[in-house]
Amino acid sequence: MPATARRFCNEKPTGGMRALGTAPVGFRGRIRAVQVGAGDHELPAAEIERQLLELGFVEGARVEVLHQGLFGRDPIAVRVNETTVALRRREAAAILVEQDDG
Amino acid sequence: MSELALPARIALVGNPNSGKTALFNALTGSRQKVANYPGVTVERKEGVVVTPAGLTVRLIDLPGTYSLRARSLDEIVTRDVVLGRLAGEDVLRLLVCVADSTNLRLALRLVLELKHVGRPMILALNMFDIARHRGFEIDLDRLSAELGIPVVSSVAVRRGGTRDLLTRIDEVIGEHGMPSVEGTWSEPDAAALRVTQRRADRILDAAVRIPGRPDGFTRRVDRVVLHPVLGLVILLAILFLMFQAVFTWAQAPMELIRSGFTGLGVLAGSVLPQGWLLSFVREGLISGLGSVLVFLPQILTLFFFILLLEDFGYMARAAFLMDRIMGGAGLHGRAFIPLLSSFACAIPGIMATRVISSRRGRLATILVAPLMTCSARIPVYTLIISAFVPARTVLGWFSLQGLVMFGLYAAGIASALGMSWVLNRLLWRQDRSDPFMLELPDYKRPILRNVALGLLTRAQIFLRRAGTTIFAMMVVIWFLCSVPPAPVDATEPAINYSLAAHIGKAMEPVLRPIGFNWQIDVALVPGMAAREVAVAALGTVYAIEGAAEDPGELGRVLTAHWSLATALALLAWYVFAPQCASTLSVVWRETNGWRWTAFLFSYMLALAYLAAFVTYQTALALGAG
Repeated sequence: MPATARRFCNEKPTGGMRALGTAPVGFRGRIRAVQVGAGDHELPAAEIERQLLELGFVEGARVEVLHQGLFGRDPIAVRVNETTVALRRREAAAILVEQDDG
Repeated sequence: MSELALPARIALVGNPNSGKTALFNALTGSRQKVANYPGVTVERKEGVVVTPAGLTVRLIDLPGTYSLRARSLDEIVTRDVVLGRLAGEDVLRLLVCVADSTNLRLALRLVLELKHVGRPMILALNMFDIARHRGFEIDLDRLSAELGIPVVSSVAVRRGGTRDLLTRIDEVIGEHGMPSVEGTWSEPDAAALRVTQRRADRILDAAVRIPGRPDGFTRRVDRVVLHPVLGLVILLAILFLMFQAVFTWAQAPMELIRSGFTGLGVLAGSVLPQGWLLSFVREGLISGLGSVLVFLPQILTLFFFILLLEDFGYMARAAFLMDRIMGGAGLHGRAFIPLLSSFACAIPGIMATRVISSRRGRLATILVAPLMTCSARIPVYTLIISAFVPARTVLGWFSLQGLVMFGLYAAGIASALGMSWVLNRLLWRQDRSDPFMLELPDYKRPILRNVALGLLTRAQIFLRRAGTTIFAMMVVIWFLCSVPPAPVDATEPAINYSLAAHIGKAMEPVLRPIGFNWQIDVALVPGMAAREVAVAALGTVYAIEGAAEDPGELGRVLTAHWSLATALALLAWYVFAPQCASTLSVVWRETNGWRWTAFLFSYMLALAYLAAFVTYQTALALGAG
């Protein structure tokens, strides 16, 4: 787990934090940590983490959940800063976000 | 030739959707050619540009990427060309990094990564006009100072929109230009990616003012197009329109190609003396090529829509809508376009799988693509349906013949999804599919010129394939069908004396349980060229002249010779049978060997036999013998 991610987790275990993978459409917030659990995916966790980072899912980025699919509300379309990215909730579960106030 | 006289090589790199290809088209016009990189099946696009200073430059368009870290075949080539590692490729003189001006954050991270390569680099801020219109304020000088490289604005779609870029290219590669330095690139880990992105964010904050509101048009369209229910309905409607167009627009050019090749055959007959040479030229060369080229109009019609929707930005949305449906079968959302293309022909479909990054995901798509109902099956289906299925309406509204046709399509789709599921769950024991992450770009007005150039590329690739591997297979099939030649006192059609007839008759005991007589078995051999060739071959075996032109007569003969059970079994056979040498040769190339090709051939053959067997025996039991 990256040092920054661990710090954020320990500081605010609950608060307004949730996994982006569970966020409903309309959710707005900021990314506090990207941490992929080992064994959650077919690919190595480090690889998934890098793919997420390359698409702009980094700590501090603004996110908004725009759309979701019909079956299992999956995948989701997320606005990340100025980019819109489609991904599955399984991968989005690795992204911890804090809801905007108000 | 002295070193100075060699044209400098420049590569365009950039994120997907950065308008890189549009810029490439604007710079090179039609002076571009597509080939494969040596040893790999990745398309290599190169064009020639003459700069304002009169330098001739060879420009390479690299596949879009977010990082030099390589996963898919495309990305491996991008990395190796940029790093100068690919054998047979000259070292690059300059990198032009292309970025969408409205989406700079990820592009700046790529620029910072590319700086480690050590080559001179220019950043081209593409779609600059759209950015300005939407209220972006970009300080080019500041950006250039922060990044330490020249930064120019470009508008690929407007005349003169590339002038600044060309001028700057002259400066950098000219006599007093920038030299290359030792490269220090290594694959970034997660920590390095975070650090670089933070640097990129700081530079963006300093040099660019981003408007608070995102693109309103894209938001409004997406609200409808990505709606969970409405979105799927719209996707289905678009697909329906596409297929309508594929089967109506392509009719006239297909007829033209057919009659063109028939004319060529007649011409050959009048020029060459009777004998094996004429047979080779007419039945081998001309009919062989004609049987494959006839699908070009349908392939191009389908690709016209795909390229148009891609340019507009819709195709990524289609992948989003289809991901869950295909993901259940273990297929990647990105497999959608390859499988869609396979409705016209599996060959472009299989070649389009190169964008799928995971090896297994790509392989699964290649292995199920031939199950989609390609247009070569249609002549076979229509022949049998019109001859054996009564033209009456059922449930008051549906035509029975239409329903059978629809059922055959549905069987193809269902079996492709089922087979993918089997491959993933049973063979590879992979219970989780690969991650699906895809940028949904802002919508843009499609540029017809880009679509046209894209189509030209598709046509080139298909024709080259038809001219080489596919053609070789056709010659083999001709050989089987015409050697040995018929004796002089022959009473039956010549094919009945050939190796194909021996093969067909040898297969008879095996194929009897599925209801095939030896005439069908013989027709299956030339039918390996393309499924629709079986129609003409049946005509030949039953000694009917011009069966391909007028299937009505053949249909009447077939109803006299076949039982309904046999006809239905043949339909079931054609849903699955690997009756296409061209597809097999393309799979061979794309999977680098015979292993998966043999697997594809065997599993399709097994399914075909099983389906025909069940159909025939069930029909017999129900009294359709």
